[in-house]
Amino acid sequence: MDWTYFFNEVVNNRDALLHGTAITFAVSLIAILTGTVLGIVIGIAVTYGNKPLRWPARLYIDIIRGTPVLVLVLATFYVSAAVGLNFNAFQAGALALTLFCASHVGEILRGALQSLSRGQIEAGRAIGLTFDGIFRYILFPQALRYALPTWITAAVEMVKASTLLSVIGVAELLLTTQQIISNNFLNMQFYLLAGVIYFLIDFAIEQVGRFIGRRLDQPTRRTV
Amino acid sequence: MNYHFNFAPILEQWPLLLSGIGLGLLLALVSIAIGSVLGLVVAFASRAPSRWLRSLAFTWISILRNLPILVIVLFLFFGMPQLGLSLDKITSFVVALSLYASAYMAEVFRGGLLSVPQGLVEAGQAIGLTSLRIKRYIVLPIMFRNALPAFGNNFISLFKDTSLAATIAVPELTFYARKINSETFRVIEVWLVASLLYIVCCYAITLVLRAMEKRLVLEKA
Amino acid sequence: MTPIVEVRDLHKRFGELEVLKGIDFTVAEGEVVSIIGASGSGKTTLLRCLNLLEEFHRGDVLIGGEAIGYHLRRGQRVRIGEREVARQRAMTGMVFQAFNLFPHMSALDNVTLGLTKVRGMPRPQAVELADHWLDRVGMLKRRDHRPSQLSGGQQQRVAIARAIAMSPKVMLFDEATSALDPERVGEVLETIRSLAQEGMTMVLVTHEMRFARDVSDKVVFMEDGRIAEQGPPQRLFLNPESPRLQAFLKTSSF
Ligand SMILES: Nc1ncnc2c1ncn2[C@@H]1O[C@H](COP(=O)(O)OP(=O)(O)OP(=O)(O)O)[C@@H](O)[C@H]1O
Ligand SMILES: [Mg+2]
Repeated sequence: MDWTYFFNEVVNNRDALLHGTAITFAVSLIAILTGTVLGIVIGIAVTYGNKPLRWPARLYIDIIRGTPVLVLVLATFYVSAAVGLNFNAFQAGALALTLFCASHVGEILRGALQSLSRGQIEAGRAIGLTFDGIFRYILFPQALRYALPTWITAAVEMVKASTLLSVIGVAELLLTTQQIISNNFLNMQFYLLAGVIYFLIDFAIEQVGRFIGRRLDQPTRRTV
Repeated sequence: MNYHFNFAPILEQWPLLLSGIGLGLLLALVSIAIGSVLGLVVAFASRAPSRWLRSLAFTWISILRNLPILVIVLFLFFGMPQLGLSLDKITSFVVALSLYASAYMAEVFRGGLLSVPQGLVEAGQAIGLTSLRIKRYIVLPIMFRNALPAFGNNFISLFKDTSLAATIAVPELTFYARKINSETFRVIEVWLVASLLYIVCCYAITLVLRAMEKRLVLEKA
Repeated sequence: MTPIVEVRDLHKRFGELEVLKGIDFTVAEGEVVSIIGASGSGKTTLLRCLNLLEEFHRGDVLIGGEAIGYHLRRGQRVRIGEREVARQRAMTGMVFQAFNLFPHMSALDNVTLGLTKVRGMPRPQAVELADHWLDRVGMLKRRDHRPSQLSGGQQQRVAIARAIAMSPKVMLFDEATSALDPERVGEVLETIRSLAQEGMTMVLVTHEMRFARDVSDKVVFMEDGRIAEQGPPQRLFLNPESPRLQAFLKTSSF
């Protein structure tokens, strides 16, 4: 196996690789941030909303989570064009990942909120808080803490899912890798390289999550 | 917007879509079976007395969990032939999905093993069971029952991941959906039907699993 | 006659912490011995050594005259093989504070598991024997129930049947009633009492002083890893010699 050729190729294509990695970062970040905001709204609607709010939110979560991300990506890409929305591949891909992320975050938040005891709501009422206050000061902070590990997992999932945008032609890291391979035919080496880069990104997110998780845990542990 | 829905061109391809789902379910079933066996080995390794074995298990889990499944699929299908290992697309996809599943199942089984109280192992020891028998009659049955809900979730995830087989032209549902999409241009209808089929399948799997759980999962004593 | 249980100079450490500091006592056939003492004095640890659930560092434990857990090889104390340990464990029956019934099995299967897999009994015979003991503890009617469908007291009675069906030479009870609701304590104590009256050899770790006084032939008072005082219950409870035991009895409820 010719590794020097491979290393030369890496050097020659470093700009493309960096650019691809940047696109991967960008699209994942957009999906995670907007998806989280949207997901929080959906999670609250599902848990505390009245019927006209709860049902659409529930339906949204079930539909998106029941659909493979690849189908979601392809559907968003083709359907947005068919209905006359002029999205480019990046925009369509980012939208699909955002929708996907929102459904996950919604479900995570619902789980976290429902795990909190009803007694806390009553205790909050007893000291005269409105539901708004109870939510803001009691429920939400706890739910955030509780949901953090799963949220980090969801973030890792978003980075992994961003590879699917290669299928609709977003030149993120995986598509860039494929383009490089089509010139030099170093399949094994370049897929391996892509794997290493993805692993490092995901591993880093995981470690940061662990670190924050430990920090968050400390105050509660100290009071026990 | 004046889009005229026309499902006829898609419904004509009904047999193809059904065969696509069938293949997807089959791929998921085979992969979770292989992945579970591998995962069980990794789970036991992760609790082995040998440090070396333990870190090997954790490395396995960490690597596979943090890799995008699509990269694994492409690496195995396009990269391995370079090392002299050419697999046909279905086999190579099953290998990829099984490896991926093994990491997740290892986590599931690890959790299941941790959920077996030490007191039950001691109760087994106290009546004179050897450690192999304790594993067989006490630890494993309880672990499997505790792992069932997580097993079900993983199976559904894997079934959805079979859609990725379309990228290496394995003729499952997503592959046919793309094909019909480009042949008929009934864009909205195709993707509506495809995602609906996935949703219905996932829901059906959930129902079956829930029925199994009801019978098998242990209520808290 | 050889005693059923003989403990000689037993020492046990958890890392640096010495928990048993030289224990000597015997249990004769048919005898009921209660072990009492403050929390942390080493009662559970002692009982677990008798059943080889803990390793010990010095001294001997003999069950029915057989030294268990270790043998000497070229002057070195070596732990015996797993199969031997399993066989020796079956010579004693253990009842745990938390019942520890196998949750995936019916009451009946909890009892037959050891009979078929350890004793090698054919299934029909094992079921017959299990039914006998389940009847004896008043649980025959619920033989097909899962542990989760039974109350704590009922679970503990099944656990007693599971242990005793193995026909151990001695039954060991570690605070068998302290995890129970108060109204369930009586039924389990009654079961233990009736087994005692039938001549079963027993070692009970208990906080139920009145019960210890009523059923025991001998009471052992443990204090900080040692036996501070032992003797017939009348003497220990009515005329405790050591100030420690006097103090302990004052704070215990009867
Ligand atoms: N696995 C262990 N590792 C370390 N120390 C232990 C372990 N088990 C028990 N100990 C210690 O050994 C000492 C004796 O414990 P043991 O459980 O035998 O007491 P006990 O008399 O049964 O108390 P209690 O009445 O509370 O049940 C205690 O100081 C305890 O902290
Ligand atoms: Mg104890």
